[in-house]
Amino acid sequence: MLARAAGSSLAAHTGDFLHGILVTLEISSVGFLLALIAGTLLAIFRVSPLLPLRGFGTAYVEVFRNTPLLVLLLLMFFGLPEVGVTFGLLSSAILGLGFYEAAFVCEAVRSGINTVPPGQVEAARAIGLRHWQVLLEVVLPQALRAVVQPLGNLAIAAVLNSSLAAAIGNTDITGTANHVFADVVEPIPIYVGAGLTYLALSLVIGQLTGVLERRLVIVR
Amino acid sequence: MAGPLDVGARAAAPSAAVSGRAGPLVSIRAVNKSFGALHVLRDVDLTIERGEVVVVIGPSGSGKSTLCRCLNRLETIDSGEITFEGSPLPQEGRALASLRAEIGMVFQAFNLFGHKTILENVTLGPVKVRKMTRTDAVDKARALLERVGILDKADRYPAELSGGQQQRAAIARALAMDPALMLFDEPTSALDPEMISEVLDVMVSLANDGMTMLVVTHEMGFARRAADRVAFMDGGRILQIAPPSEFFAAPSNDRAREFLSKVLSH
Repeated sequence: MLARAAGSSLAAHTGDFLHGILVTLEISSVGFLLALIAGTLLAIFRVSPLLPLRGFGTAYVEVFRNTPLLVLLLLMFFGLPEVGVTFGLLSSAILGLGFYEAAFVCEAVRSGINTVPPGQVEAARAIGLRHWQVLLEVVLPQALRAVVQPLGNLAIAAVLNSSLAAAIGNTDITGTANHVFADVVEPIPIYVGAGLTYLALSLVIGQLTGVLERRLVIVR
Repeated sequence: MAGPLDVGARAAAPSAAVSGRAGPLVSIRAVNKSFGALHVLRDVDLTIERGEVVVVIGPSGSGKSTLCRCLNRLETIDSGEITFEGSPLPQEGRALASLRAEIGMVFQAFNLFGHKTILENVTLGPVKVRKMTRTDAVDKARALLERVGILDKADRYPAELSGGQQQRAAIARALAMDPALMLFDEPTSALDPEMISEVLDVMVSLANDGMTMLVVTHEMGFARRAADRVAFMDGGRILQIAPPSEFFAAPSNDRAREFLSKVLSH
């Protein structure tokens, strides 16, 4: 009797859950894209011959890698308006997640850069490529291919970490689960359902990573 | 010192008068270079005329490779001067990249770009540096790959080729830039014996076509066959420089004599 009543109430929230999945996908995909771009730039900084760029890259990584994401998100949403910069709920989550994960992407890409044989860099210079052309044409394509798996792990982490966006009020999967839980007190189906949704998303990313890695592998 | 025209065995090289530019292509004067406490080049002087093939030989650690790498500034020098076509080598940036485009380099380890096909390896420089259209670059690359005998490997990746094939691809990659000078840094030292001759054959044909070359090698046969002058290095100095007939017949220097007796005794 009770279960049936709860079941029908949960069913009434199906639309909310679907919306929550979309919000999670938006925060994690845009956030991860931002992290990929920023992280790759940071990795380039960290291997630059210019000391100021190297210093900035190192400082960035140490700050953002060693600060809890929740603290970053709270600062983004509640702290920045105090100094006159205001981002919306969704933007705060995307930027916070993106800047946080950029530190990890940077370190993954940097380790990829270190797998590119130095001789290939010399050969690229020897045919007259400029420093940035060497990076774009020879170093980064091979560095990124070498770290598809770690980047896949970071993509999964982006999806899972995006659940912290609920803490500042986003209605992602976790945020929606909290709202529904306040309405229908059925913690086990609600949070197990939320967990299974994250699991499903992560499994899909893991599979995609495997496919991508097999396609991009460089035979040495 | 003997110029390129003194050697009858090779086709007549283009002289300075023909190319319209006076003076040697490369001039190295009093060059010194140290790696920390290790003094690898000591007051090295060398000129390379247009169309000339200079082969540098000597024991390991004698500074041959460093000398070669200083010519396109993959290594910087501590003192002295290196000029190319009469101008000192540019320090850095766009000017240095332009200089490097004029100087082809072939490495011991081939150093082909692993994520690009052989054809893409050869077209990269012409397209990105020479701003050639892709179609023209591909035509040129295919012609060069045919010349070095690996046109059938154009769409393969470097790791799918043998060492000798990779090195020939690397030579094609360097030639695609139409260099005025080709540097060879021990091009056959990483090859299995049966693959050495296929690479040397390409180099001899280049030499016969009048390419200006600086070749660091342990291949005495190549030095005899293709060199206009042989430079013997030991301890960071050029101890003797002479036409191969003269050098191999009677090395004037004790260290050179000792070195030759070791490498030629088998």
